[in-house]
This record gives sequence, structure tokens and C-alpha cells, in this order.
Amino acid sequence: MNKFTTLTGIAAPMPLINIDTDMIIPKQFLKTIKRSGLGVNLFDEMRYDDDRNEIPDFVLNKPQYREAQILVAGDNFGCGSSREHAPWAIADFGITCVIAPSYADIFYNNCFKNGILPIALPQEQIDVLMKDAEKGANARMTVDLEAQTVTTSDGDVFSFEVDAFKKHCLMNGLDDIGLTMEKAASIDAFESQASQSRPWV
Amino acid sequence: MSPKTLYDKIWDAHLAHEADDGTCLLYIDRHLVHEVTSPQAFEGLRMTGRTVRAPDKTIAVPDHNVPTTLDRANAATMTEDSRIQVEALDKNAKDFGIHYYPVSDVRQGIVHIVGPEQGWTLPGMTVVCGDSHTATHGAFGALAHGIGTSEVEHVLATQTLIQKKSKNMKVEITGKLRPGVTAKDITLSVIGATGTAGGTGYVIEYMGEAIRDLSMEGRMTVCNMAIEGGARAGIIAPDEKTYEYCLGRPHAPKGAQWEAAMEWWKTLYSDDDAVWDKVITLKGEDIAPVVTWGTSPEDVLPITANVPAASDFEGGKVGAAQRSLDYMGLTAGTPLKDVAIDTVFIGSCTNGRIEDLRAAAAILKGKKIAVTRAMVVPGSGLVRAQAEEEGLADIFKEAGFEWRLAGCSMCLAMNPDQLAPGERCAATSNRNFEGRQGRGGRTHLMSPAMAAAAAITGKLTDVRELM
Repeated sequence: MNKFTTLTGIAAPMPLINIDTDMIIPKQFLKTIKRSGLGVNLFDEMRYDDDRNEIPDFVLNKPQYREAQILVAGDNFGCGSSREHAPWAIADFGITCVIAPSYADIFYNNCFKNGILPIALPQEQIDVLMKDAEKGANARMTVDLEAQTVTTSDGDVFSFEVDAFKKHCLMNGLDDIGLTMEKAASIDAFESQASQSRPWV
Repeated sequence: MSPKTLYDKIWDAHLAHEADDGTCLLYIDRHLVHEVTSPQAFEGLRMTGRTVRAPDKTIAVPDHNVPTTLDRANAATMTEDSRIQVEALDKNAKDFGIHYYPVSDVRQGIVHIVGPEQGWTLPGMTVVCGDSHTATHGAFGALAHGIGTSEVEHVLATQTLIQKKSKNMKVEITGKLRPGVTAKDITLSVIGATGTAGGTGYVIEYMGEAIRDLSMEGRMTVCNMAIEGGARAGIIAPDEKTYEYCLGRPHAPKGAQWEAAMEWWKTLYSDDDAVWDKVITLKGEDIAPVVTWGTSPEDVLPITANVPAASDFEGGKVGAAQRSLDYMGLTAGTPLKDVAIDTVFIGSCTNGRIEDLRAAAAILKGKKIAVTRAMVVPGSGLVRAQAEEEGLADIFKEAGFEWRLAGCSMCLAMNPDQLAPGERCAATSNRNFEGRQGRGGRTHLMSPAMAAAAAITGKLTDVRELM
């Protein structure tokens, strides 16, 4: 997994609540057996018309946001389906940080497995960041995971919370299956005890 | 000993490791797998030389992609990419030695219907699947939730999941439901009350007389949509109905093991003095037959209401509601009962079980549809067979419904069952998101009885007027 330490980049504003994973990556793109190549279909139905032409008004089609690396969005981002294709598409597009007031649980966890940092901040701070993002390509935000801060182009600094274990894995690009396998003795012990107490499982 | 919720008890019984920072390894009893969210996970195992740790606890069935038309044995009915995904599951199941119900097996169906039907899902278990509607299995008093593909790989390799404990939320539905009101109306009304993020960070336990009165099928419908309320899982304490449902299922314990299991299952309830982080109470008698009007499952109203205006809402919901109204082609103030329907879809892991088909057939008996097309997609081959035996299939067919084979079908439209742009559908599924049932398709969620009523009149209809 790619590491995430600091990021300075263009932030695209999407001031919409309840952005669901069907919007992020519609179902017709789930018929893949790979993790890569989904960036071109990120937000597909909002991004292209029926003839596959780009819809100019959609934020990621605008010249100033085509290279966006950060997404600022509304409440309950990533709700709906558990499809990890959503963070795969986001990362493949080049966005590695999402900033929103809140996230759906499964999407939030999926981000950390794919080198994406989802930051939750209060609505008032999101409002400031949204305005900053709306300035376009000249307004770059900086995200510092070690310090747990977001800095606007005007120098406003907001602190965010993140789980210590998730932060550690993201900063070091760690494969958590490998980390869990180091605890195989605990799993073995649990399994042998459970096979006694709940043999029907 | 401090009082515990049901969730606390199941969590404690599955804790395989706890680190100093509170990060836990939760042992997984049942891992359900389908073709869409698993190929990359199996590929990950191959690339790292890992194996499936507990193949005997891993159950796979293709459901999302499979055609539901009667000619599906013909490979040409599937698009090439769908076929590759199903074939990948065939191969992965064989290579890794996991339990498998292929498309040709009469037991094939939607993974969340097959699991309980085959007795894989039992009280007190931890159940996961790369699908958000895994919450369905909570109806048995199991801790069940959806996971992403990286977590699928993690469970395959280690039979555990890295977890932090969620908070406890109690949703109580008191008293009795009125005639025409079903489990679907309960679960939609709860989401209407809490919003789609109201359950985020929580495990919901549903309780109260109206929940106890539900059949196992109805309880599965309620828990199924816990995720639409944002909750990690929904759960209902097991009781006699649960045991009766499980008894004799192919993979349920038997003999002395059944007795031992029952002894533990009977301890699975929330203690009277358990502490809840959040409590929601609805009166059963206040719940009406409901439909959704917008593009979020929280956009719920009684069928007797009018389409709302964006200005009825606050904050970010104002813009979202306007966007929904535009997408749905609805005008504020229109009575919901005046909204004309093109298509009816009865099926999905929310409402594709035998009781759902019975409820719809009871309304449809002797009637004809007044919509362009209507289909019933049973949740499994066994549900389909039972419905045929009970004569329900004939009622559907005589009314003008297509009688399909089992699968997820038009719930998420990954197979050829899709809405055309602008096509308006009365659906018994779980999501009304933009494009969910096909690009530009307009979805109204409701119960099977309400969907059947809409099929007869050609518009959104109060089922109580047809009873």
C-alpha cells in the first residue's frame, strides 16, 4: 500500500451531502477482477453524458480541478454499498485525501486500506475549506498526517482526529494482514478454546 | 458483573486479541462470499502465497451478476465481464476448497437469503461478507456486517477482522402494527426518523413488541436496512421463533450439539440494566405504509402524504432535496398517490423471501397489472420452488408478472435487469440512489404488499384501500 505522510495539492469542492458509493463508482464498473484502472470512471454518471462526452459543469471536468488530489464534500460521504471499488476509483484518479463532516463506516475503513486519508471535521470548518477549494488551482491545501492538521491556502490550520493504529499503518504503508498474522498464536488459542465451548460453529 | 448488551456479549465471545491501544481482533464464525467483491481478495492471497485459513467457515454463491431469465444456463445471456467474474468465483471456490452453490444449484440465490436458509447463520455468531446488506443476518442474534474487499482478504487469510468496538443503540418499536403495515415500513420509518447517518458508529438492537411479533423473514427485512441508517449492524435477540427457524436446517447443529447451542443462545439478550448510547422509540401504531420520494433511503413519507418541497428542509438537505426532486421528476405538493409507475420489482435480500411473495400474491390474486412491466425475482431457488408449490407463482404469472430465477437482479442492476432513463419503479429493494437501478431510473422503495398494489393501479397506492 502507498504511504500517506503529507500532501499539498488542489482540493475539489463537492458541496453535496450523502454522496453514495453508487455515485462514486456505478455498478457497471464493478465487473472487474482488478483493483486498478477505475479512475476514469470515478463519478461516471455525473461526469459523462449518454454519449460519453464530459459534462463541463462537473467539478472534476473543470480545468482547474482535473489534477485535484483532495476532495472536500458534504456529510455522510461514501454511504451505501461496501464496494471497495469506490476508494480504488478515487485513488486511481489521483485523490488521496477526502475531507467531509462525516463518513459512512465501511467506506471510511476501506480508505485506510488503499492509502487514502479520510478526514472528518466540523461543518463550520468544512465551510471554510469548501470556500478555499472553490478558489481553484491557485489555492492549494496542505494535509499533514503526522501533525494531524489541514492548512488552507490562507494559512488557517484545522486539527483532526485519527485512530492511532490506522495512522501508523497509513504513514508506513503497512499491510495489516501481515500484522495480524504476527498474532497467529492468539488466533490459534482462541480457535482451540472456541472449538470446545461452541463446537457447533 | 457489569450489565451487557447483546452486542457486548457477542463481541466478548469473539475477541481473539486486544492490543494496548484498544485495537481488537474479532474472530469470524461465518464468511459469506459473492462474485463481485471477492476476486481481488483471492488474487491477493495468490500473490502473497497465503491460503484460506478456515475454508469450512467460508461459503460462496454468485448472485449480483447472474441473469434471472429462464434461459440463463446459456452462457450467452451474460456479458463477458460478468461471465469472467462468475467463472472466477467458480475457480476460487474450487482452488481454495470453500463451500459453494453454483448458478446451476437449486440452492443458489442471494447470499443473504442462502446463508440463513442453509443454516449457516446461527445465533451468537459473527458473520461478515463483502456486501453491506450482511446486516440481514442480525435477525438471528448474530453480529453481522459488511466489509470491503481488503477486509475480505484479511478474513480469508486470518479468519479475523481488525475492529474497534461500536457504540450501542436501542431502537424500540412498541405495541402492535396496524393492518397493511409490515417490517419494511418499520425499517424505512426508522431511517426516516434517524436519517441515513443516524446510526453511524453504532450497532442497533431492535426490540419491542412489534419486533417480537415479526416472523424471522420480517426481522431479516428490518435488520437488512440497518446499514441504510448508517449502522454497522442491526441485531435482534433470538427467541423461540429463531430456534424454530434454525432447527433442522442443513448446517444447523443436531442432537447434543443443538442442546448445547440452545443453552448458550438463551443467554443472548441485553441485560435489563444495560447502558445504551442512543435510544429511539417508535410506536407501532403510528407507523403507516410508507414509500420513498427521493434518492436517499431517509426520504420516507406515509403514502397519504404529498411530495415535499426543498424548502421544507434545512442545511445541506435543501440542495439535496431539490436535486432529488429534479432527478425523480416530481413536483412539490403532488399527492404521492397520484405518482404513476411504469415498472414493479419484487425481490432482493430485503424482500425476496417466501413471506414477501405471499404478501404480494395476497394483494394480486385474481387481478391484472396496470404497469408496463412487472417482475418477481425470488431470493433463492428454494424460495422459488416453495412459491411454486404454494401456487404463488401462478398468481404472479396470471397477474402479468414475469416469474424469474434467483439473484440480486434489479436491486442493483448489475445483470441485464435495469431501468431505462426516466422509467419509474416501485421496488421492494433497499436503495433509491441516483442510477441505482439503471442510469436515470427512478426508484420508489416500499413493502411487497405496497409494490403489488402499485402494480394493480399503475400508481403509488395505499395498500389498505385494496385490502
